[in-house]
Amino acid sequence: MYTQGLDQKDKNPAKRRAPESPEQLEVFQKRVDAEEKIEAKDWMPEAYRRTLIRQISQHAHSEIIGMQPEGNWLTRAPTLKRKAILLAKIQDEAGHGLYLYSAGETLGVSRDQMVADLLSGKAKYSSIFNYPTLTWADIGAIGWLVDGAAIMNQIPLCRCSYGPYARAMVRVCKEESFHQRQGFDILRVLCEGTAEQKAMAQDALDRWWWPSLMMFGPSDTDSEHSAQSMAWKIKRFSNDELRQKFVDVTVPQAQFLGLKMPDDNLEFDEKSGHYRFGEID
Amino acid sequence: MSKKEWPLYEVFIRSKSGLSHRHAGSIHAADDQMALDHARDTYTRRSEGVSIWVVRSSQIVASDPAETAAFFEPAEDKIYRHPTFYEIPEGVENL
Repeated sequence: MYTQGLDQKDKNPAKRRAPESPEQLEVFQKRVDAEEKIEAKDWMPEAYRRTLIRQISQHAHSEIIGMQPEGNWLTRAPTLKRKAILLAKIQDEAGHGLYLYSAGETLGVSRDQMVADLLSGKAKYSSIFNYPTLTWADIGAIGWLVDGAAIMNQIPLCRCSYGPYARAMVRVCKEESFHQRQGFDILRVLCEGTAEQKAMAQDALDRWWWPSLMMFGPSDTDSEHSAQSMAWKIKRFSNDELRQKFVDVTVPQAQFLGLKMPDDNLEFDEKSGHYRFGEID
Repeated sequence: MSKKEWPLYEVFIRSKSGLSHRHAGSIHAADDQMALDHARDTYTRRSEGVSIWVVRSSQIVASDPAETAAFFEPAEDKIYRHPTFYEIPEGVENL
């Protein structure tokens, strides 16, 4: 699900185990350029391995941490149906975390180590989960926006050059669609309800819109790590490209709900066919 | 005369780069290396694979076929887990 900030710069440069010859690196890059998948036992540059360990473990941690705000709402779900759906979604998130930890383990890092790094704060998770979930509408907004943004990030990861990660993402993406739809459905019902319920939906959108846009990471001009990840085909699209795509598909959905995006600079640009939006704070 | 069979190995083959290994069948072999060689000769004579895994059949833990219905029952009634459960109103796209 949640892939924010995955291209942050590594603060501890790799301690190389064995010197990597320019020939090895060239052969590796040629394989990547030819769209061959890199598998666990294949030779790979140490920096590639470390980048993947960081990205996959942080992705896994985000799935696990993401269960917490939703878990808090289980006992307060408005109906038994909504409770069963939320329970199923949370169970999926646990599953996504497990697929990802397994993919990480193929790179030679143990699950205990990954969890230890999460607990010590060395490994990060998506900061979107540090925002409070104040009302039931927030659970709708998380599914619609947070999972929606995650889908945008994750679909290109299905074609990532590292085989085990790519295959884990195919599984995740298949399951993710239900998550986004149940979120939209929660908000749709609220928007069709009383004025108070609709205001609750608007309030949730007001609070989750900008953090969702931030899930795509820093703007391309500030993202130092992107170029290497693109060359390695770990990343296929830039942060700003994915963010734009997300805005373009989500704004009409908000309009359908009759909700207003909390962005006074948001407007449709006929020429480019894209929505222009305000600066992220 | 009693004959001691070589152990049975299950064979998993990655047919091409990027795909996962899939079960192809099994072979008998005296040791791990022979199992790989036999698997190659038995299952990839026409270049059906780029990678082979073999594992002793006795090491595989499998669900009980007689218990299939009960074992998988928990997933049966959770129709809300499928995206098609949610009605997408007309005019809403990309969801």
